[in-house]
Amino acid sequence: MEINTYTFLTILGCGIVTWLSRVVPFILVKNFTIPKPVIRFLSFVPVAIMAALFIENVLVFKPGQWATIQWPQMLASIPTFAAAIISKSLMIICVVGIVSMALVRFFHLGM
Amino acid sequence: MNSDITFQAGVKDVIPTLLGYIGVGVAYGVVAQTSNFSLLTVALLCLIVYAGSAQFAITTMIVSGSPIPAIIMSAFLINSRMILMSTSMAQYFKNESLKANIAIGSLLTDETFALGMNKAAVTHGKLNSKWFNTTNVIAYSVWCLSCLVGALAGKLISDPKTLGLDFAIVAMFIGLLYLQMISDRRRKLSVQFSVVLVVIISFIIYGRFLNTEIALLLSALTACFAGMVIENGD
Repeated sequence: MEINTYTFLTILGCGIVTWLSRVVPFILVKNFTIPKPVIRFLSFVPVAIMAALFIENVLVFKPGQWATIQWPQMLASIPTFAAAIISKSLMIICVVGIVSMALVRFFHLGM
Repeated sequence: MNSDITFQAGVKDVIPTLLGYIGVGVAYGVVAQTSNFSLLTVALLCLIVYAGSAQFAITTMIVSGSPIPAIIMSAFLINSRMILMSTSMAQYFKNESLKANIAIGSLLTDETFALGMNKAAVTHGKLNSKWFNTTNVIAYSVWCLSCLVGALAGKLISDPKTLGLDFAIVAMFIGLLYLQMISDRRRKLSVQFSVVLVVIISFIIYGRFLNTEIALLLSALTACFAGMVIENGD
């Protein structure tokens, strides 16, 4: 059990900037009235962020080049989307996703 | 997911997302262990930073001995999307105390944000701190424990990837994205699809020229603007 000063200060600094990113917006929104157009803008955030997080996980980005597709992730996403449409249950979607990925890797699909 | 916003509902609603936390948390623990991080270091990273992709980046940078300001800057960039998510989520808690707001914000993650937004769509915009703190605290505990288990068992576990567990988090984003798109009845599905399309195209374009995390944030912002324009044009 040990930690050096360099590592500790790094963790502390990263923790502070991350915490501020999480908390300051809550304090600002609580104390100021947000203009209507901004609220409408923010109403698109959930779908936009979730789509972006999905894309980040199925593509590989390299600076100066076009992104390429991670085929195992892309293939496993197909049954997962199907499970979402059919079941509308997050638990089933996650289980189908895990099993699909395990099968894709077991049979070396898309690699 | 039903429209209850109680402690019990919070426990029930967060369970599916835990698979993702366990999969990625154990994977992170294994990486930290192979980077020769002590259990104390892993525990502090989880407890203080509490952010999946940022923890992987910080670990890599510590191992390579990067300067502290550079690591902090990277962590900030990776987590900058939190600013957008927190601003968006804070709308639902304007009537709760400042303390309650700080508590919710402190433990907000991609996953609990997505879960909360799905819940808000089901309850027609009603959320409370009891429900949210329940999901947040369970997610936080499971994440920290999973990272520690990965770090402890690093030598025993071959590779959590072979089990497909790491994909749980992607599956969750797929599920939450789809459920979010169909649950907001006030918004046309065609508008939602357009927003997703703008994200894909702009992310690919920005991703060629910029750091991936900045490209992610900018593509989300671009898509929100596009959404406003498209909806007005209807």
